[in-house]
Amino acid sequence: MDRFVFLTIDGLSRGAVYAAFALALVLIWRAARVVNFAQGAMAVAAAYVAYTVAAETGSYWLGFVVAIVAGLLLGALVDRAVMRFVDHTSPLNPVIVALGLVLLIQAVLGMLYGSEFRPAEAPFSRSALTVGGIAVLSPYDLFVFAAIGVVVVGLAWMFSRTPVGLRMRAAAFAPEVSRLLGVNVGGMLTLGWALASGVGALAAMLVIPTELGLHPHAMDLVFVSAFTAAVVGGLDSPPGAVVGGLVVGLLLSYVSGYAGSDLTPLAVLVLLLAVLLVRPGGLFAPVVARRV
Amino acid sequence: MSATQAAVPPKQRPAGAGERPVDRRRGSTLLRHLAFALAAALVLVAVSYAVEPFRNFQLATVAAYLCATAGLTVLTGLNGQLSLGHGALMATGAYTVAFCQNAFADRGMTGGWLLPVSLGAAIVSTVAVGAVVGVAAARLRGPYLAGVTLAVAVVVPALAVTFDGVFNGEQGLSVPVEPPPASLGPYFPYERWQLWLAGAATLLALLLLANLIRSRYGRTFRAVRDDEVAARLAGIHVARTQVLAFVVSAATAGLGGALLAVLAQSVSPGAFSLTLSLFLLMAVVIGGLGRLAGALWGAVLLVALPDLTHSVTELLTLSPAVAQRLEGNLPLAIFGITLVVVMIAAPGGVQGLLSRLGRALLARWPARRS
Repeated sequence: MDRFVFLTIDGLSRGAVYAAFALALVLIWRAARVVNFAQGAMAVAAAYVAYTVAAETGSYWLGFVVAIVAGLLLGALVDRAVMRFVDHTSPLNPVIVALGLVLLIQAVLGMLYGSEFRPAEAPFSRSALTVGGIAVLSPYDLFVFAAIGVVVVGLAWMFSRTPVGLRMRAAAFAPEVSRLLGVNVGGMLTLGWALASGVGALAAMLVIPTELGLHPHAMDLVFVSAFTAAVVGGLDSPPGAVVGGLVVGLLLSYVSGYAGSDLTPLAVLVLLLAVLLVRPGGLFAPVVARRV
Repeated sequence: MSATQAAVPPKQRPAGAGERPVDRRRGSTLLRHLAFALAAALVLVAVSYAVEPFRNFQLATVAAYLCATAGLTVLTGLNGQLSLGHGALMATGAYTVAFCQNAFADRGMTGGWLLPVSLGAAIVSTVAVGAVVGVAAARLRGPYLAGVTLAVAVVVPALAVTFDGVFNGEQGLSVPVEPPPASLGPYFPYERWQLWLAGAATLLALLLLANLIRSRYGRTFRAVRDDEVAARLAGIHVARTQVLAFVVSAATAGLGGALLAVLAQSVSPGAFSLTLSLFLLMAVVIGGLGRLAGALWGAVLLVALPDLTHSVTELLTLSPAVAQRLEGNLPLAIFGITLVVVMIAAPGGVQGLLSRLGRALLARWPARRS
């Protein structure tokens, strides 16, 4: 029972990170109809910048802020400098370009920082507090929940209650009409990319201390898990991404706790295939009529 | 239905007789491909005598990669399915060849027919894996397909570590390969033999692929790529076509992986990482999607670019640590930039540029003569 509680909490904490990362994927998908396969590499790049700043100044929190700012800027840059010029008529093209960015970013990180794992310390203790003899939550888990909670609520508020959010939704939903009504559609797209990349950077900052450390490929498996989470929830649905993230986190935690941590990649693949083959639109998708 | 069928042939017979030349041309397609393959084989043999052993080995590696990139060209370029999992399929072929060769060596069996049998087994096992992935892939589109195949590429190398009792973990397996046959003489360079092996297998695979592309199946591949709905209305079974394309592509990827294993005489999961899958895709895109010649350019690039950056970093005087970092990552960075630039500026790739150049020259030629 103790173990079950521990695995559940651990799974939820990991799932919260996957949820944030999946949310970043969903943000870009909704805005631009692109699955950003470079998300993981971009987030790692932001995390590297953050840990360099933290090492120079000795302040984790300064690094944390820098990571998110770097993420925002990188997202805007990728949209303005690369994605804007890609021919979107075939869905293959943006995917291939994003993969080119993956190669490029990982190579640049490898050249600058080397390809060995760098230790990344957490700002709070990761040993769990015990309540009534059962190990429950570590302070770090609380920090993760709080950070992700703030981001999710903030994004939900922004999209549903502010003029900017309304414009972003309009620009994604009907670009031509929005342009006629005076919405800066290109700017909204860039803002979407920046926001998504910022959320991705936050997720990377939260997940890297719980894994082996900083490495150019640190987010590869996280990306696959988050993509699975986004697919479980349906690529079009932000609440679905959050629920999907938690589901994937829990599943991976149970698999690694009861069956061995080596099997988690396989579990992700099986879950992804199962969801795509049984319910390709995700668990929260409305029924859509397919052509022919 | 049967009545109309019975009624139609007599009417069409004159037309059929008129189409005889078409039939003859189809026969000459095969002949032309055979002639191409024969010429390429002769050139390869000549080159294998002309260059030093290391270049022979590099050419053999190009041949092994060419198998995989040609298969990926058929899948992505001609059928419109994006696969990021071809590195994993190559790993399947490589490990199968390792198991077979080890099994033969353990039983003390020798003979020239063992290696072809192992390569055949590698193709069969990759076809099985490719059929499973392909059946799933046929139901998926665009980013979903990319995501699943990405997961395959990340997961399969991890499996080799998980089940290290079978796959021997990160260390991998060794692949015992027999020396060149004694009839070639006692001092026959091993690298030349490797080039002959890889070249023969690759030319055979390319010959089959080239004929496939020109056949009815190749046309249905392209029809499905261009417009699924139209293809379905024309009576093409879309899912079956997609699975077939995936299986064909998997078979060649498996052969490529098996050849790589035979050349390196070892297999390890590190050689078949996600980066390899991205490399293959990049090679195909840069070479020119949808053309077998593009696959050749891509394969050459895969071998030549790391070699080139190696010599460049040797020219610069750098500290060993920096040099090591640069050497491992510079090719990746160049590949990445090239991929992005090619996608934006020249979607036809190298082969597209070349054929545009050729067409422009041809267009000017008669003008100059008159």
